[in-house]
Amino acid sequence: MTGSRCSPREEGADIDDPLVIAGVSFNSRLIMGTGGAPNLDALEKALIASGAELATVALRRVSPAARGSVLDVLDRTGCRLLPNTAGCFTARDAVTTAQLAREAFSTEWIKLEVIADERTLLPEAVELLDAAESLVDDGFSVLAYTNDDPVLALRLEAVGCAAVMPLGSPIGSGMGILNPFNLSLIVDRLSVPVILDAGVGTASDAAIAMELGCDAVLAASAVTRSREPATMAEAVRKAVEAGRLARRAGRIPRRLYAEPSTTFEDLPDLESGPHQD
Amino acid sequence: MTVTVNGEATELAEDSTVEHVLARHLGPERATSGVAVALNGEVVLRTEWSARRLRPHDRLEVLAARGGG
Repeated sequence: MTGSRCSPREEGADIDDPLVIAGVSFNSRLIMGTGGAPNLDALEKALIASGAELATVALRRVSPAARGSVLDVLDRTGCRLLPNTAGCFTARDAVTTAQLAREAFSTEWIKLEVIADERTLLPEAVELLDAAESLVDDGFSVLAYTNDDPVLALRLEAVGCAAVMPLGSPIGSGMGILNPFNLSLIVDRLSVPVILDAGVGTASDAAIAMELGCDAVLAASAVTRSREPATMAEAVRKAVEAGRLARRAGRIPRRLYAEPSTTFEDLPDLESGPHQD
Repeated sequence: MTVTVNGEATELAEDSTVEHVLARHLGPERATSGVAVALNGEVVLRTEWSARRLRPHDRLEVLAARGGG
């Protein structure tokens, strides 16, 4: 197990540093999910506006009648493909799905999702850790979708995950970051990239994630199910950049009472009437 | 013989291979890049498609990319 170690995410980190996952550098710190878009054209416009260089896809039964593919869209936008194991409830299903994705897309990268139930889509921690360990042993670069639990995040790092992706709140809930304290602990204690996954509802949620020290943000529904996906994609992109700048700059401490920004020294005497001894 | 392809009962000639099913299911024009196959819950590697023969009641899943988070 890793203990406390020097965090690579100290305030003041070089703003131009690329995001590095499993040895691959990305200039963009926004990762896009491709589910939920009204159509492929809207998705393509949103991907372009997002500036994302990495985007997730799922594996489902082929529909022979389908016209166009999300793969073509990713190809045209130059996005690297990150297959996921969405919909898997057990380690076995997730491992098989990852192997199928490797066959289909010729990539050993996998966004590992093992969920507990359809209602909450919350990660199934025991199966998740089991699957992560198997996939790392099988040569995969595992990006693990997980709870906002610092202990589990450390365990995922310890078994060799390339990145850890804690949720801010349940998938598609748009509830933002419900436990910023846990997220701060995760960011502080892990060495591998920490990517906020799930819960982003709008741009400010992405900014908060970056201000808390996350290395990147994944947005899916927040963009694809918004009224104007391309516009929201641009907003989230700017929020990610703004949040990273703010993290670097270092926020002021929170105080209970006011702290004047203007000095009280040399305050003029504006009492009415002449000077009186 | 009858096998199940993506949840649907499908009649195939004896000695049919995974490759035969793909040609029929995807159509001859459709590229097989971006496609993966599971047989009875196990991955069938691309390199095994032409040699792998099917048996009655096999369950075949033919998969491709779909938008997802």
